[in-house]
Amino acid sequence: MKIYGVAILAGCFLIGHIIGDALGRSLHMNGNLGGVGFAMLMLILLNDYFKKKNILKPETESGMLFWSTMYIPVVIAMSASQNVKAALSGGWVALLVGIFATIACYALVPLISKYAQNKSQTKQ
Amino acid sequence: MNELVGILDKNGLVFAFMLVGLIMYLSYIVSKKLTNHKIPGAAIAISVGLLLAYFGGGEKGLASVPAFTGLALLGGSMMRDFAIVSTAMGASFSEIKKTGWIGLFCLVIGTVVAFVIGGSIGYAMGYRDAKSFATIGGGACTFIVGPITGGAVGASSEVIAISIAIGVIKSVIVTISTPFLAKRMGIDNPQSAMIFGGIVGSTSGVSAGLAATDPKLVPYGALTATFHTAMGCLLCPSILYFIVNYLLH
Repeated sequence: MKIYGVAILAGCFLIGHIIGDALGRSLHMNGNLGGVGFAMLMLILLNDYFKKKNILKPETESGMLFWSTMYIPVVIAMSASQNVKAALSGGWVALLVGIFATIACYALVPLISKYAQNKSQTKQ
Repeated sequence: MNELVGILDKNGLVFAFMLVGLIMYLSYIVSKKLTNHKIPGAAIAISVGLLLAYFGGGEKGLASVPAFTGLALLGGSMMRDFAIVSTAMGASFSEIKKTGWIGLFCLVIGTVVAFVIGGSIGYAMGYRDAKSFATIGGGACTFIVGPITGGAVGASSEVIAISIAIGVIKSVIVTISTPFLAKRMGIDNPQSAMIFGGIVGSTSGVSAGLAATDPKLVPYGALTATFHTAMGCLLCPSILYFIVNYLLH
């Protein structure tokens, strides 16, 4: 049944959040440190395991895949509910820092990407 | 009219499904007819969302307007995180292992670069104490790192508001520009998507931008981007703040 897939997804999500929360608490910060990342890692490993054992029914899988196709609509709803006005009224500091920080990060991507590629090629 | 608003408000989430579906439908038509698929439909739809949020006005964009409140539910952090986690179904562990230590390196270097550049520009524009430096630098990582850093070091609420604005501006820029710059940055495989996510951070910007570039890359970019926020929350209020505090005294 599809709900099994949704339930597995929900389980990974909640366990990830609990880990992220515990990590944040143990470092005395009121935040969730990487909860979503832990949840994703767990789902990836679980999915790998299911595939190896060949026990994931297509019906169960479709319950999880439905939510990944809902991703873009959710992002659109998210952008429609951002405080865009405040972001623009944050003044020149906010605008300049936002722009230059992004440019600097963008410039780094191809550099490290190339380095990673060279390294993996020499390994092979 | 009031009755209609009442019904839409009461069934906000369902109305949001319909509204987002409509926005996507029209955006994909525009993408096909006017731009010949050159600008991805998802990118247009996201930009429309941001525009609506601007004209909607309030703290929650268009969702601040009665009848549209459901958008904040559909686009809230719970649904966003749930949908991001589900994209992990399309990722394979062997691809992630290939990136390995370089992924971790990206998280650190991305945080430090954003912190230094953000803090320095703030310094040049008059925010010269260590607390403001660290908070503005944190905001340059993501809009979550900024307020967490500000809260931890005790920065003023004005500076914290600026740091949130910086993070939001960054995510808006990343969302809109990624589909256009992806090729030039060489983002066409899982490894480069992971590097991109790790350096840039901004989970919402990275995943929205990658969704409009190539949906297959979303899980890889989103995975490292979420850890970028975690790394920023770890480094900015601690080591990086101590260094800045030492240098500015």
